[in-house]
Order: sequence, then C-alpha cells, then structure tokens
Amino acid sequence: MSALRILVPVKRVIDYAVKPRVNKAQTGVETNVKHSMNPFDELSVEESVRIREKKSAPGGVEDICVISAGPPKAQDILRTAMAMGADRAIHVETKEGEDLEPLSVAKLLKAAVEQQKSNLVILGKQSIDDDANQTGQMLAGLLGWPQATQASKVTFEKEGDKVTVTREVDGGSETVRAKLPMVITTDLRLNEPRYASLPNIMKAKKKPLEKKQLGDFGITADRRLKIVKVTEPPPRQGGGKVDDVDGLISKLKELGAL
Amino acid sequence: MPPVNPALRREVISIYKELLNLGKDYPQGFDYFRPRLHRAFMANAHLTDEDAIRKGIARADFVRKEIEALYYLKRYRTLRKRYDGA
Repeated sequence: MSALRILVPVKRVIDYAVKPRVNKAQTGVETNVKHSMNPFDELSVEESVRIREKKSAPGGVEDICVISAGPPKAQDILRTAMAMGADRAIHVETKEGEDLEPLSVAKLLKAAVEQQKSNLVILGKQSIDDDANQTGQMLAGLLGWPQATQASKVTFEKEGDKVTVTREVDGGSETVRAKLPMVITTDLRLNEPRYASLPNIMKAKKKPLEKKQLGDFGITADRRLKIVKVTEPPPRQGGGKVDDVDGLISKLKELGAL
Repeated sequence: MPPVNPALRREVISIYKELLNLGKDYPQGFDYFRPRLHRAFMANAHLTDEDAIRKGIARADFVRKEIEALYYLKRYRTLRKRYDGA
C-alpha cells in the first residue's frame, strides 16, 4: 500500500460564536470581527492527524499538508492547523475582500493536488460562512476521483488501498468503500478536534509555510455570480397570550384557522 | 524555608500559561477568566509539600481538560442546532 500524502484545505471564516451583521451597503457582512478556522475544517485536520497517530493507514502517513486561499491573515489559521499536527502549509494569497467561488477553489485544489502528489484530500463538507457545500464534490469531479461526503467514520482496509467511509445521510448512515486516491468531506460527528497546546503552537511557528499566488496554479479570481443584495432575515414575530379557551377559539376564528 | 523543587515550579508555570492561553476563548471573556485563574493559583501559592503541589498540578490539568471539553461541546451543540435542525 502506498503511503498517504494528505491534503487538507482549510478556510478562515467568521468565528461560529459571532453573529454576522450585514454591512450598510448591503453587499456583504461586516468582516471586522473575530475569525477562526472553519469548524468542519478542524475536523478534517484532526482526522488526518489521527490517521497518523493511530497508524490506521497500512502504508503510513508520509505528509499532511494544509492549504488555504485567503487574505494574509489566513496564515494564522494555517499555523493553528500546524499546531494541531499538520506538517506544512501552503498559503495562496488573495486580496482582502476578494472571495473565491467554490468552482475556483476546486480548480485551485486540483492544481495543488497534482503539484503535491496528494492521494487523499480531506476537507470540511462546507464552510460556515458561504454554506455552499460544493467544493469537495467539484474537486472530486475535476480529478475524476471517488468521493465520500459527510463522513462520520473513516477506516482503512488492510490491503488494496481501500477506504471504508460511513456517511451521514438523512435518517441514518450509509457505508461506502472506495479505492485511493479519493476525496473525503467531514461531518460533525467524525471526531473531537483537539485544542493546540502551547508547546505545539511554538513548534508550529518553525514549520514550513509556502506562499503562493493564484497565478501559480493558473487560476484567476473571476466570479461567475454577482452578489446583488445581502439582507438580514426578518425578525421573528412575537406570539400572543390568550386568557382562556374562549379567547383561544375566538383568536383562531379571527385568523381563519377554525 | 526549604527551596522549592525547580522541576515542579516549572510544571506549575507551564500549566498556568496553558490555562491562560485557553482562557482567551472563554465564553465570558478573558477579563473574567484571568483574575479567577490567578486567584486560584495564588490560593495555593503557600504549598511547600511536594505531594500537595503535585495534587494541585493534577487538579489544574483536570480543569484544563474540562475547559477543552466545554469549548468542544459548546461548538458542537451550536453547529448541530444550525445544521442538523435538531
């Protein structure tokens, strides 16, 4: 069995605990707030580190590389990923406020997979800012690799480069098996991501971080979609209280429910 | 007063720093967390018995694990609510 070269794409997003606010121009949300690693990407970093630590892959893990495309601050996220246990990082620089669409990201990752000779890509099923849930599927399509999305369990077979993945589907789970190379996207119940310890954070500062441009992968940041308008959802209408059963009945009649 | 075991001293300082680092993400804020952490450590500053210090370190480590678990659960529950419709 060949040794695994895992590529883990991560994204810097607005922290899950922060409530996003629409900006005045209604073109997007305020970005001057706390950011952190996309929680689903933390799961994928954790999973690749666990595959190495538990030696669950028969061929061993040769390399865990994290990659992120984003503004200069995305490097903090890459350092966090390396503190969790990734070996090295690639930062593809984009300008502040220049967002890539899932298709561009998938094309970028395809080029990165070919450059890095990766044979397994583990990525979050979606990012909590765009919630597109497209990148993994598009990447698998572009590469022509099998994909196992929404994974809740990943196990390696003893021979034949085969991987068995349990997926979260509506109302239950589904088990699929595929041969490497493949694309896996993570779901919430896959594992419990660790908190990077201080010594590991220090060590991560010395790990290699490569800086690249979009052009190095033959990608441009052109957008196919134009954001017309961003608005907040309407506030919830408060409920009313009725005094007794008669009050309830008359209220229901008034609303035409009876 | 007998000299403090330097190895233990280092351990105490490192777990203190580790907890401080964890506290940056504390739900009620770092300003809430830091004085409380400091107080908890100062309350045991008089300890000289090595076994008692070791016990204190073990307790600090337990607290560290609890805080990590708290963060994990908080995030897990929020995301589950958002994405599983539960």
